[in-house]
Amino acid sequence: MGAIFRREMGAFFSSPIAYVYLTIYYLFAGVCFYIFTLSYGIADMASFFSMLFWAGFLLIPVLTMRSFSEEKMNKTDQGLLTAPVSLGGIVLGKYFAALAMYTIGIAIIFVYALILSFFGAVTWGIVVANFIALFLLGAAFISVGVLISSLTENQFIAYIISLLLLFVMCIIQTLAGFIEGASVPEIFQPVVSAAATAMNAVSFYNKFYDFTCGLFDLSSVLFYVSFAAVFNFLTIRVLETRRWR
Amino acid sequence: MIEVKNLTKYYGDHLAVDNISFTVEDGEILGFLGPNGAGKSTTMNMLTGYISSSSGQALINGIDILEDPIKAKANIGYLPELPPLYQDMTVMGYLNFVYDLKKCKLPRKSHLAEICNLCKISDVSHRIIRRLSKGYRQRVGMAQALIGNPPIIILDEPTVGLDPKQIIEIRNLIKKLGKRHTLILSSHILSEIQAVCDRVIIINKGKMAADDTMENLTKSVTSTNRMIVRLDGVRDEVLGAIRLITGVKSVRADMEREGGLYDYEIVMEDGADIRVMLNEMCKEHGWSIYKMAPDEMTLEDIFMKITMGEDLPDTKKKPVPRINLVTAEDQRAAREAAEEAAEEAAAKAAAQAENEKNEEENE
Repeated sequence: MGAIFRREMGAFFSSPIAYVYLTIYYLFAGVCFYIFTLSYGIADMASFFSMLFWAGFLLIPVLTMRSFSEEKMNKTDQGLLTAPVSLGGIVLGKYFAALAMYTIGIAIIFVYALILSFFGAVTWGIVVANFIALFLLGAAFISVGVLISSLTENQFIAYIISLLLLFVMCIIQTLAGFIEGASVPEIFQPVVSAAATAMNAVSFYNKFYDFTCGLFDLSSVLFYVSFAAVFNFLTIRVLETRRWR
Repeated sequence: MIEVKNLTKYYGDHLAVDNISFTVEDGEILGFLGPNGAGKSTTMNMLTGYISSSSGQALINGIDILEDPIKAKANIGYLPELPPLYQDMTVMGYLNFVYDLKKCKLPRKSHLAEICNLCKISDVSHRIIRRLSKGYRQRVGMAQALIGNPPIIILDEPTVGLDPKQIIEIRNLIKKLGKRHTLILSSHILSEIQAVCDRVIIINKGKMAADDTMENLTKSVTSTNRMIVRLDGVRDEVLGAIRLITGVKSVRADMEREGGLYDYEIVMEDGADIRVMLNEMCKEHGWSIYKMAPDEMTLEDIFMKITMGEDLPDTKKKPVPRINLVTAEDQRAAREAAEEAAEEAAAKAAAQAENEKNEEENE
């Protein structure tokens, strides 16, 4: 796992991906920081943090699209799969490398908090809580991206499919609202409301929002972590079954 | 040691490898010969754990590749058909990565330096792989397989796409490796297998067609009972004189090769040696021999015969006796075919001789 993690990190920085990703992420964060915090002259970063939520689904696929697609395309996966390492080690090595890149991106919020602290009182607890929220969100989203990447040889397709899936995951609570508001025949009402409840229960935004307010909910943490675990497990299964075909 | 038992692989409905069994002893160099798409790579991929077999078993030093893949893979160095090189890394960076990946315990610096020396890539060790020529990439792929000094090395078409000089270099390297490792090497080029392997397995359409030592194969190849002789003298006179030599089954004049010189294709009885008598015949008639050569059945002939089921010329129809055909069914079929072919050839030869004799008499 260590060898693969190190190689992946090296590959991020020897290709344009790390620089493009970090540039866009920092640019986006900078603009949001200016618009939602600096221009109002307040030290409250809540709106800024909720904007970073939306950066996730756009930019995380950039980090994950190449992870397995590129290997498959260049047949380098043959080297990995015939080396004396477990499939779990391969998947986790790649997963944690993408997560590390993502973490380098979100760490920028500490810089902004530091800048703010010269002009007003920054609630560091909330900043840390938001960092954890963004980190957990990324941990879940990246596992989806890696899975999609293991399913196709084409990086562009991996990017688009991941983007769509993550987008649906981001707006699932909005979709739940639509369903609830829709007028349906009486008999379908229980089904619809049950679906809406379920969709709200898996909503990433609702859980994220609690964090941004400084509410640390252990069940949310468990949700994110187990979500990532399940998707990484699925990726391992995909690699496993591909051998049998 | 590698033991392969009844290995079979289906890709969907397509049977890619059909019930292959063989053993490779320690220190042996085994050649895997077959046309493109015969199932060589599939077999190698199953041996190295890249893909799973549909049924059957592959044991690497006694460890089942599917039951304990990590332990089994630690015994193998594998160079796939396309070397699994990361284009964006330097040669040294890549080898270091493989070193870590294989959890190699040998001293890093000296081990990698030794391998670079062996594969002759020391002078490119700090270059980006993307910018290397095909020959160098192949050698980096070779180096990658050698890291950790695995007892078994599997090379899938190691010389494909290289120029003749590079091919010779890789071949020498393979010979060198064969002294310390058990080696499996695949190719669709016969001379390559001939040059380095102790034993060869011929594989066609997923089936094993032959499994024998190089020595036996070559022996069976040279022990042919056909000879080509180039002589001057009037054609029909020569034909008549040769026919009188004891041990000659039939003779046929080929086209005129040089002015007044003809090639004669002589089929002899098994075990007959007519060279001395040929010389005496020439002395008698005042002719001269310009060429005398046994007409060898080349590996290409065998290969074509086994892999394509193509009919060889009648005189060659006798199958190569030394090749141990693998299954009982195959063996029976081959025996039957051999008997049939022999009968046919004998009948034809007899008829031909008869005809020619008649012609002569008529004249």
